[in-house]
Amino acid sequence: MPGRALPTAPAADAVPASCSAAVGRRTTAPVGTLRLVAAVAGKDLKVELRSREILYTMALFAAVIVVVFSFSFVKDQKALVAAVPGVAWAAVVFAGTIGLGRAFEREREGDTMRALLLSPAPRLAIFAGKTVAIALLVVAVEAVVLPLCLLFFNVDLGAAVLDLVLVLVLGAIGFAIVGTVFAAMLLRIQSRDVLLPVVLYPILVPMIMSGTKATAAILAANDADAWFWIKFLAAYDCVFTIVALWTFEALVIE
Amino acid sequence: MLSSIVVEKVSKRYGDHRALAAVELTLTAGSVCALLGPNGAGKSTLLGILSTLVRATAGTVGYLEGDRRRKLDDRLRADIGLLAHSSLCYGELTAVENLEFFATLYGVADGAARARTLLDEVGLDGRARDRAVRTYSRGMVQRLALARALLARPSLLLLDEPFTGLDRGGALALGARLGQAKADGAIVVCVTHDLEAIAGVTDHVAILVGGKLACDERDPAGYSYAALRERYHTHAG
Repeated sequence: MPGRALPTAPAADAVPASCSAAVGRRTTAPVGTLRLVAAVAGKDLKVELRSREILYTMALFAAVIVVVFSFSFVKDQKALVAAVPGVAWAAVVFAGTIGLGRAFEREREGDTMRALLLSPAPRLAIFAGKTVAIALLVVAVEAVVLPLCLLFFNVDLGAAVLDLVLVLVLGAIGFAIVGTVFAAMLLRIQSRDVLLPVVLYPILVPMIMSGTKATAAILAANDADAWFWIKFLAAYDCVFTIVALWTFEALVIE
Repeated sequence: MLSSIVVEKVSKRYGDHRALAAVELTLTAGSVCALLGPNGAGKSTLLGILSTLVRATAGTVGYLEGDRRRKLDDRLRADIGLLAHSSLCYGELTAVENLEFFATLYGVADGAARARTLLDEVGLDGRARDRAVRTYSRGMVQRLALARALLARPSLLLLDEPFTGLDRGGALALGARLGQAKADGAIVVCVTHDLEAIAGVTDHVAILVGGKLACDERDPAGYSYAALRERYHTHAG
């Protein structure tokens, strides 16, 4: 059978005479890291706002956890306030894991993680952009969990609510940093959905522990203890930011 | 701009499976290399290594700019365009949004204009380009993927089964695009089973069989379909 060799001349309806694919006419320039971080995070949030599947799933799951536990931890026919730290953090971490898995599953669907890594954007910017997007989703879930906890466990925090917000935001950052590294690392592994919580939770233990301790101290109006654990949480975030930036590239390349 | 790529004794193992075995290959600017071979021969693995996204188990790949060996850094990746099996685009975003996003990552000046120009050239019409990519047909996705690969005017263009899903017009346009890239001095590597489509464009044939390079030859005049088929049957049966 004779070949239908393709013409090297442009087809009339397909390629204009001045082909913009030409090489050697590079018009690219280095882009600031912060702009790249914003681009990656903005893209993730735009994709999520189109589908809203992660946000709704996370928020609903977290709300269910809070409601179920508020009826489970009861003493003298009242929800047990002492259970609030554990319930709040369990809700955030479990819902966050669902969101984390799905956020990276999206990157797998079009193999877009590969596209990100192939771009000249520093891996640091890609990591930071993904982390910011995950952290914002977790903060959004915390915005659901916190009022629900206060409502169902009948807690009046007063001005201490700002301290609790600080704790939750630091927790969201820590979760996002560690979660992004492990979720990206497991992206090419078949049983990633099962493995993610298995490898993630042990590393999150110090974060969960300091978060619950800080929350409990805030509820008990124990400022000294609260600030100790808040500082511990901030230190956890700093340490794992350094570890993540150091290991991210090595973990995501095949 | 890259002038040549030298693959030196590159091997890749995935556990017990040997995907590539001591492959040696030189790719030069202004040339289209047809990387052929049966399924599982290691073609996509070699493309992955050339793209810097897959680490070779042994051996090295040298990216040369004249006599200078380029470092494997962020700037080198700006010179590489990849069209892979998957689209490398986000399904929830439109074609324009996808290209604008990647234009930002690549630091392409006036990304919006560049995105629209490329979409015109690959033949994605005005209505389609503002729809979410997940609603596209296979051929439309392939056109978008090609536009994405060409976005930063790469001097190394890696194409993995680029003709898949394209209609006759799309295949013709892609053939023309490869010819244009070659004329512009790009290094083009095209993994394909469609020997008819690549005939007339390619001037370098490399055939992988079982992870080993079974054939590596060039003809500045280019290869006809019959010549490609003869080479393929001789080396890959």
